[in-house]
Amino acid sequence: MSENKANQGALVRVDGVEKIFHRAAEEIHVLSELSLQVPAGEFLALMGPSGSGKSTLLNLIGGLDRPTKGTVTVAGDRIDALSDRALAAWRARHIGFVFQLYNLMPVLTAERNVELPLLLTPLSKAERRKHVETALAMVGLSHRAKHYPRTMSGGEQQRVGIARGIVTDPTLLLCDEPTGDLDRKAGDEILNLLQALNREHGKTIIMVTHDPHASARAARTVHLNKGQLTNEPVK
Amino acid sequence: MKFFHLIWGNLTRKKLRTSLTLLSVLVAFVLFGFLCAIKQALVGGVELAGADRLIVRHKVSLIQLLPESYKGRMERIAGVAAVTHQTWFGGIYQDPKNFFMQNPVEPEPFMKMFPEFILPPDQMQAWLATRTGAIVGRKTAERFHWKVGDKVPIMSPIWMRKTWEFDIVGIFDGAKKGTDTTSLFFRYDYFDETRKAQNWGTGQVGWYTIRAKDPAQAAVVAKLVDQEFENSPAETKTEPEGAFAQGFANQIGNIALIVAGILGAVFFTILLVTGSTMSQAVRERIGELGVLKAIGFTNGQMLALVLAESCLLTVLGGVLGLGLALAMTSRGDPTGGMLPMFYLPARDVLLGLGISVVLGLITGIFPAQQAMRLRVAEALRRM
Repeated sequence: MSENKANQGALVRVDGVEKIFHRAAEEIHVLSELSLQVPAGEFLALMGPSGSGKSTLLNLIGGLDRPTKGTVTVAGDRIDALSDRALAAWRARHIGFVFQLYNLMPVLTAERNVELPLLLTPLSKAERRKHVETALAMVGLSHRAKHYPRTMSGGEQQRVGIARGIVTDPTLLLCDEPTGDLDRKAGDEILNLLQALNREHGKTIIMVTHDPHASARAARTVHLNKGQLTNEPVK
Repeated sequence: MKFFHLIWGNLTRKKLRTSLTLLSVLVAFVLFGFLCAIKQALVGGVELAGADRLIVRHKVSLIQLLPESYKGRMERIAGVAAVTHQTWFGGIYQDPKNFFMQNPVEPEPFMKMFPEFILPPDQMQAWLATRTGAIVGRKTAERFHWKVGDKVPIMSPIWMRKTWEFDIVGIFDGAKKGTDTTSLFFRYDYFDETRKAQNWGTGQVGWYTIRAKDPAQAAVVAKLVDQEFENSPAETKTEPEGAFAQGFANQIGNIALIVAGILGAVFFTILLVTGSTMSQAVRERIGELGVLKAIGFTNGQMLALVLAESCLLTVLGGVLGLGLALAMTSRGDPTGGMLPMFYLPARDVLLGLGISVVLGLITGIFPAQQAMRLRVAEALRRM
């Protein structure tokens, strides 16, 4: 049902969104009257300086936070109106996250980390194993399945993070500075991987970055400045 | 169970801290097991007492004797089904430390009154045929390596201050796990005739046991017995066997209250130790919990994960502690005879397991709520 609705327009639709944080008596306007549409199958880069609201916008699209005002519709679902429980289930079904610091569970092996989102599905153990093997193969880490994150390089850990993000075949992959903690070579490998996921598997990707080298890999780049979208890069 | 590796992984993340907490829980449950075994040893007789049995003793105190002639008068009281008697012999076998009870009894009425003592029929016949015959409980027989046919010398500091010799003609077992099989019983006629020959308090017994025809009428029977001997030189005090056993235990104090008090203090300490461990464990991985929420874990699942972790810790400690306590108490009375019913009852093992689960839930609830209420975006920033 969601897919049908999504096909009628953009996969991601952000309309007139405002996000205000409160610190003591102070109101901090992070996003102001922001609107954005992302069609299915696009690889979009969100750029901007620190504090411009990139990560906040990504959190709103991923259902990790709610806008103070405005609406966020993803795959046909008004996620700003969902209850906490429904939103958690929605995230499990539609969103894959890739974080700057990989955010892997240090107590679990690579394959167990990748399996985590599948624990929320009704899949059997054998089915889960098959999905994990496929995801690890896609990121080229089948041989590291039994290794713990502490024994892996940053690039490898990020590839495990990507495998965890795609293992449920989500509608949307959200990447928050995925190369921010990597050297150029490892960063390039991650960007190649994301590009391949977008081009060969049709994954819709929204990537937050402040690195022009990374954003150049995306099909489209939008810029954020002081909570608003601009057409030009911020100097 | 599919979350087990995640729960286990989190629990074993800080091995030293988890081990120390586990050890403290384990020690608490070993203590719990031991105290329950001691309580059982002290008040177990109350539970095993027959509901239809009454004890008749001298009104002044248990050490005052009653006339043997009371037996016939008691048998004629309405509601009395059977009467038998015992007398405290207080003998010493080789060393005063080798304590166990020895009482002279009338074999047939005695064995009918106490069906919890199981004696093979041929040994019963041998007892009836042997004036100096004695039967001994399995525990004491094993303790002193006695077997049927042995002659056992027992010195009585009460009766003629001499060494009595008995022929072991039977070894009895208990019908229930808690049945006391540490005693030795010998024939009253041998006892009384020996006393008579030496002119040493013949015709006197220690206390009577009465079986009421109807357990519901036991209180009425007790009253009738005491009325029967009112204003006599040896007035009686009659009470249910359970109350009699409880009276013994009460000489030490309110055992249940003492045990509950000690265990309350122990478990309260464990509550603080485990609670602190769990709070610390959750605080340290706020970011990771944020990741779990980001990928779709619900608030309820977060609550359950942390509670499962705390329960796993306390139940593991509980199972290990109770297992160790069971192993240690299964060797029986550590005092060498003073606590014949010293064992850890299955009921207390189950209670211990229940306490370990409750302990896990209480210690885990606050950190679990903390994990449940985490705001994802905020938690991810603390990764």
